[in-house]
Amino acid sequence: MIAHSVFFYIFSLIAIVSAVMVTVSKNTVHSVFFLILDFISISCLFIMIGAEFLGMIMLIVYVGAVAVLFLFVVMMLNVAEQKGQWFSSRWDGGTHIPVGLLVSLIIFFELIIVIGGWKYKPDLLNSLSINISTEVTNTRSIGNVLYTDYILLFQISGMILLVAMIGAIVLTYRERVGVKRQSYVKQISRERDEGVDLVEAERNKGVKIDA
Amino acid sequence: MLSIGLGHYLTLAAIIFTIGVVGIFLNRKNVIVILMSIELILLAVNINLVAFSIFINDLSGQIFTLFILTVAAAEAAIGLAIIVVYFRNSDTIRVEEIKNLKG
Repeated sequence: MIAHSVFFYIFSLIAIVSAVMVTVSKNTVHSVFFLILDFISISCLFIMIGAEFLGMIMLIVYVGAVAVLFLFVVMMLNVAEQKGQWFSSRWDGGTHIPVGLLVSLIIFFELIIVIGGWKYKPDLLNSLSINISTEVTNTRSIGNVLYTDYILLFQISGMILLVAMIGAIVLTYRERVGVKRQSYVKQISRERDEGVDLVEAERNKGVKIDA
Repeated sequence: MLSIGLGHYLTLAAIIFTIGVVGIFLNRKNVIVILMSIELILLAVNINLVAFSIFINDLSGQIFTLFILTVAAAEAAIGLAIIVVYFRNSDTIRVEEIKNLKG
């Protein structure tokens, strides 16, 4: 129990500090690295609390895909020269910093008040739908319900991913002019008759190819 | 203090949520950091769902966390694509220079 709480405090401290650093870092690349550190420590917390599948998915999806995507975009767009302009505001004299801090503090204290004062609905424990059983593993129990009870939501989330993929490709695709490319249609639709061309070559005149 | 309960996880999620909101409010650097703050907020929501799911012994919270992960990945991909297109058109993604909408 002691080890559990010690590890909880270590991981949550790392998560909070790196979340602050995501916001505060002057260099955007450092922000992405701190975001990766944040995701790793939160997924360690998930694994520790007993949601192993989600912890691992978090590592694979966020650290492996989303954070690398962020890093790729940061490197591709030339935003390196913008470092050193930390929270700068040339336009409105800097009133956004106190207002933003005030609103955030109010949100935080509201959340803390809610955490301190809530309680369960009386008949909640009777109305639970899917109990976590201790005999099967976490991954197996998620799979048992994900492909049966939640199959419609599962399919819809697949559609969301498909639409996001198509949207990203359509947004960033641009046709370049003046670049020589392969034409697959031309290559495939080539016939045997046009493949070989017999020409009568006149002496001392040569043949003009590729007319 | 030593036994970790639901309140500890909820407090952690509240702190990370607030840091994400602060990041959205205070950022004047570039839009990518705002997208990262949105990821932080979604992460806080995931912490809440998983903690409730474990502590009241119901698996639905973890299923919904899975769906939130899916939607967050799609949102990050689309947002970054929009940023790339915007940078290609106007050569900047500084927040205070993106004011074509007069917002």
